[in-house]
Amino acid sequence: MTEPLVRAVRVGKRFGATDVLQDVDLTVQPGEVVAIIGPSGSGKTTLLRCIAHLERPTSGHVEIAGERVGAVLAGGRLRPMTDREIARLRQGIGMVFQRFNLFPHLTALENVMLGPVRVLGHGRAEAEPQARELLRKVGLAHKADSYPERLSGGQQQRVAIARSLAMQPRLMLFDEATSALDPELIGEVLAVMRDLAREGMTMLVVTHEMGFAEDVADRVVFMDHGRIVEEGPPQTLFRSPSHPRTQAFLRAVIDRQAMTEAP
Amino acid sequence: MSWSILAESMPQLLQAALDTLRMTGLAFLIAAALGLPLALARMAPGLPGRLALGYIEVMRGVPQLAILFLIYFGLVPLGVALHAFTAAVIGLGLSGSAYLAEVYRAGVLAVDPGQREAAQTIGMQRVQVLRHVVLPQAWPAVLPPMGNYLVALLKDTSIASIISAPELMLRARDLSSEYFLPMHYYLLVGGMYLVMAWPLMQGVRVLERRLARGRLQGETR
Amino acid sequence: MNAWGRIGEFLPVLLAGAVTTVEITAGGFLIAVALGLLAGALLGAGSRAVRAAARVYVDVFRAVPVLTQLFILYFGLVEIGVRLEPLQAAILGFGINGGAYLAEVFRAGILSVHHGQTEAAQMLGMTRLAVLRIVVLPQAMRVALPSLANYAIGLLKDSTLASAVAAPELMFLARKLVDRTFLGPQIFLTVAVIYLAMSLPLGQLTRLAEARAGRGRR
Repeated sequence: MTEPLVRAVRVGKRFGATDVLQDVDLTVQPGEVVAIIGPSGSGKTTLLRCIAHLERPTSGHVEIAGERVGAVLAGGRLRPMTDREIARLRQGIGMVFQRFNLFPHLTALENVMLGPVRVLGHGRAEAEPQARELLRKVGLAHKADSYPERLSGGQQQRVAIARSLAMQPRLMLFDEATSALDPELIGEVLAVMRDLAREGMTMLVVTHEMGFAEDVADRVVFMDHGRIVEEGPPQTLFRSPSHPRTQAFLRAVIDRQAMTEAP
Repeated sequence: MSWSILAESMPQLLQAALDTLRMTGLAFLIAAALGLPLALARMAPGLPGRLALGYIEVMRGVPQLAILFLIYFGLVPLGVALHAFTAAVIGLGLSGSAYLAEVYRAGVLAVDPGQREAAQTIGMQRVQVLRHVVLPQAWPAVLPPMGNYLVALLKDTSIASIISAPELMLRARDLSSEYFLPMHYYLLVGGMYLVMAWPLMQGVRVLERRLARGRLQGETR
Repeated sequence: MNAWGRIGEFLPVLLAGAVTTVEITAGGFLIAVALGLLAGALLGAGSRAVRAAARVYVDVFRAVPVLTQLFILYFGLVEIGVRLEPLQAAILGFGINGGAYLAEVFRAGILSVHHGQTEAAQMLGMTRLAVLRIVVLPQAMRVALPSLANYAIGLLKDSTLASAVAAPELMFLARKLVDRTFLGPQIFLTVAVIYLAMSLPLGQLTRLAEARAGRGRR
């Protein structure tokens, strides 16, 4: 078996007196798409942020392609990574946020070019065609010169995906990428994510879109109260969940959908 | 040896610090009292509004030192010879009134226009609306900048030393040239200003924080 | 009547003073912006000691009158054998004092930038310094611009205090003229008009900056 791209080992995270994550073990193989579902406050987002090192686990650790996140083994002892080492590690990880977080003072094109030009040191002549190609890929070639405030939420999120892809990451993290969107804009973002999965990108997707998880994910992880309760292929997890908490959660989700979709 | 000279000067410096506080207090009263009618005139239509705006713009566009000079030296040919302390209080007060007028105005404008309309619908007259509804609600927006102004004024009284008005900075200049210990005296006096201004600054900070929290609570209610 | 006629005679001297006034203002402003950016960034530094040091600088220099600071630089330093030129003392004094003031302005600007901006930039692989320089500061500057312009106007007026350390700026030359000619009202009024002519356009620019900052995030 190949080396996993992501390995979370007994990761725990405590905010004050609350355990947000407890003993979470998770592996993601290269090319795999893993969806994380669960009620709000279950720790999904925190787990993703621990992998990106936006949060530091209070116990356990995360490895990316065998490299420990946030710490370096030097002379038989672990020392915290320097600012520069963390930055280099993050170059290989793309992250898409719930609130898009586009840079408002830059156009869509400049947003996508910023990483390659300012971080990777590419020339503008090289970076611009690549950035335009990425915008075309997410269906926004015609919005290259628009500022974020002129874009709809769905368009902003697609630019944000293109911005992450411009760094040619080996792993993409999606943190409730469609939760802040109006219902009619969710589809366009999911379509881009679907394409990406089809191309073989390794993806870790925190989502409330059960349909997307079922269709696209190779594996679904259900979290509750800071723990992984159950995981498995989507067919198994959605059709015949074994744990009562998973069953209750899925039933509640289906009820809610039925209610909103009823005429 | 220099320390004993400094110690001997302390009573004089403390006395001068009291003068500084007195000058600050008097100028603040003038500024606060004149600022309110000025703000109301500024918001009025027509000539009063334009006159008030002109006064405010001129007072804020001209350096305080130039205003002090005009009042202290400039009025002498007209037969008005003011004591330097009086000239300083008037000059600082007048220039402060222009500043506080804008602060008051911002405070009044910060009150939801719906409040004014609601008061009018229950039959209140304009003056009543202002007095009973608008002004009481304007205070939260007025107090922090007013506090900041007080801190600035306390420091600006040092300018009065240039027209020889008796206060802390002037006393420091006299003493330092008498004993030729400028570094000692100016550092000491700087420390004295710090002791006077710092609590005020902290007070404003606490006030700002508290008012900000109150506003947030008001919104969620 | 003759007295007002003589204003034309003094005007060249006063205008030369106005040029020095602009020099002091511009020099002080540049130093203040540089120190303010540095201190403003350090107010949010990771190290507690660095934060505390920045806080002490900001609080102390804002609590002491700028005139006192000018006197310490110009007269005080002589006591320990350092003699500054009046212009040097004025520019340095206003710069250091203004840096403390602008540090708070820049700090507020930095804090106004949403945390998500920092995280998005970090995930592009930027170091903390690069995040600050490339993503946070350009946005913070937009927020700080009106305060920055207001500070410039205040500095233009405060530069009169340099006359007290014998810097040959507008107010200093005006006072020398008054001593010689006893034309106090005429000369001081002319001076007031010159200051107005410099500060009112700056005020218009400020309002423009405020309108732009208020209009949107761009």
